[in-house]
Amino acid sequence: MAIALTNFQERINVGRVERWLSMVAGGALAAYALKRREVPGGAAAIAGAALLYRGATGHCDVYQALGINHRDVMTAREKGTGVIADRGSDTRAQLGGLRGIHVEESATISRPLPELYRFWRNFENLPQFMEHLESVAAREEGISHWVAKGPAGMRVEWDARIINDVENKVIGWQSLSGSTIATAGSVNFHEDPHGTRVTVHLQYNPPGGKLGAAVAKMFGEEPNQTIREDLRRLKQLMEAGEIPTTEGQPSGRAARTRPRSA
Amino acid sequence: MKAVCWEGRNDVRVEHVPDPTLINPRDAIVRITSTAICGSDLHLFDGFIPTMRAGDILGHEFMGIVEDVGRNVTNLKRGDRVIVPFPIACGRCFFCKHEMYSCCDNSNPNAWMVEKLYGYSAAGLFGYSHMLGGYAGGQAEYVRVPFADVGPFKVPQHLTDEQLLFLTDIYPTGFMAAENCNIQRGDTVAIWGCGPVGQFAIRSAFLLGAGRVIAIDTVPERLMMANQGGAETLDSMDPDVFYKLRYMTGGIGPDACIDAVGMEAHGPHLDYVYDKLKTMTFMGTDRVSAFRQAIHACRKGGTVSVPGVYGGFLDKFPFGAAMNKGLTIKTGQTHVHKYLPRLLRYIETGEIDPSFVVTHRVSLDDAPQMYRTFRDKQDGCVKVVMKPH
Repeated sequence: MAIALTNFQERINVGRVERWLSMVAGGALAAYALKRREVPGGAAAIAGAALLYRGATGHCDVYQALGINHRDVMTAREKGTGVIADRGSDTRAQLGGLRGIHVEESATISRPLPELYRFWRNFENLPQFMEHLESVAAREEGISHWVAKGPAGMRVEWDARIINDVENKVIGWQSLSGSTIATAGSVNFHEDPHGTRVTVHLQYNPPGGKLGAAVAKMFGEEPNQTIREDLRRLKQLMEAGEIPTTEGQPSGRAARTRPRSA
Repeated sequence: MKAVCWEGRNDVRVEHVPDPTLINPRDAIVRITSTAICGSDLHLFDGFIPTMRAGDILGHEFMGIVEDVGRNVTNLKRGDRVIVPFPIACGRCFFCKHEMYSCCDNSNPNAWMVEKLYGYSAAGLFGYSHMLGGYAGGQAEYVRVPFADVGPFKVPQHLTDEQLLFLTDIYPTGFMAAENCNIQRGDTVAIWGCGPVGQFAIRSAFLLGAGRVIAIDTVPERLMMANQGGAETLDSMDPDVFYKLRYMTGGIGPDACIDAVGMEAHGPHLDYVYDKLKTMTFMGTDRVSAFRQAIHACRKGGTVSVPGVYGGFLDKFPFGAAMNKGLTIKTGQTHVHKYLPRLLRYIETGEIDPSFVVTHRVSLDDAPQMYRTFRDKQDGCVKVVMKPH
């Protein structure tokens, strides 16, 4: 039952209270088993050990098999962004449930993991491949100012804070309380035989009205496709060093719409 | 500059268009000295490939002189003489690193279009629909070459354009088709289609150790050319091709079969009429009779290699025969880059002189007429080379 320390956090799927209850119940069963030492004692020992393991590691194989995840930071009910949210913030409340836009995508990039982590960790790089972003400016440590392009020259701005940052593993962020838009995101990095797997979760809960409509439009009808294209551009940028394009190349169409220059 | 533009089905015109410019740091501009019409361009001409737009510049077989390079291209300089592979490859993705250049992950700006159809997108190609990149092609005076530090391959001065030009596509395509057959010394290889790719497949099969090549086509001059390459020949319109192949191979069947025909096959049997009707009424995408026959004729445990281009969903595909006979099917757009040093060596040592396929030498202005001549196989046309300057 050895778990690599690096996988420890990822494997947690049991809630905090539940973990304590598991520990207490497991301990009680173990104590009972030590006293009885017969057949029921053996069964109790096994059950107790399983509960102790579950409590100590926060990982439950039964939950995993059933697809249940009661981890506090990413509960099934919230189905959020996988970031370790700060519990009190209203951003967290606004991103609860199935509200807003929630997308997950992954791409495998043939570059060293630390390079990709570093590139992403500098949020100012994000507009290079995220089409809906106009700029991200880093402010004081952990806080950044994001400007997104809406339709018809409309802009949406907010401040975000890094709430989780494990070097070469994960970066999580969310908008500050009281922002015009509630948003959170995370990116995970994993080694893969084909390169580095970059997994992105993004969540936006746009406010109602015009601003909300603008944010919805930013992502189009298929927000997943939008983030997929963003990740493709990231991959192209990191692997090929440039984003391929045919914009600006000649065609017979240009010849018809423009007078011929000498 | 002048460029050959696709304007619609059966409509190719020479237009005056703006000169290409460097767009990305790894681009180069090449002044084209020779450019050819490929058999696969005829699929565009005939309107078989979706996502073409009126005004698209055609052409993916071209060579010339480097005119300008972007700031990240350090291995080329103005004045270098190069041939340019038809698939555009970044050289750095998983697929390029494994020499699967035509499967490059990063060169198709319109990858999403292909993903809807094929799941994943292969490389962008020059002048071959927006689905496959939307890149302007090289039947023009100049061309922009993306990822120019990976694609363009420098060639020696003492060889002529006609000897080198086909390194861009049809020679490596014929070679890969033969290589995919896993030829053992003395094997018999049957090849459907004696167009340029078929011709190079014949010669490559012998080079890789085939004992016999049986070439199948119906155009007399192409069969004659196949024969000059050492192949025995059969008429593809003969309804008895299967029986003749079986007889010629002592009842076993060819060890490997190559379909160098692709999606616009003709045939003597009812299945051709069926395909023709379906494709004409937009209920089918490809005409499959050559591929079906290759599967049917191949010996048990043999290989069917498919350099012929297909686009969509093949109807009445005899997969039962393929499965029960234990066939291996190998296919793919050509990983041109991978073969260049080896094939150039064959040309330099005189093992092969690829210029044998050229039947028509014309100027760029003749392109519209030549597309017709080539498509209708008139005037003994096997390969058209155009000189833009």
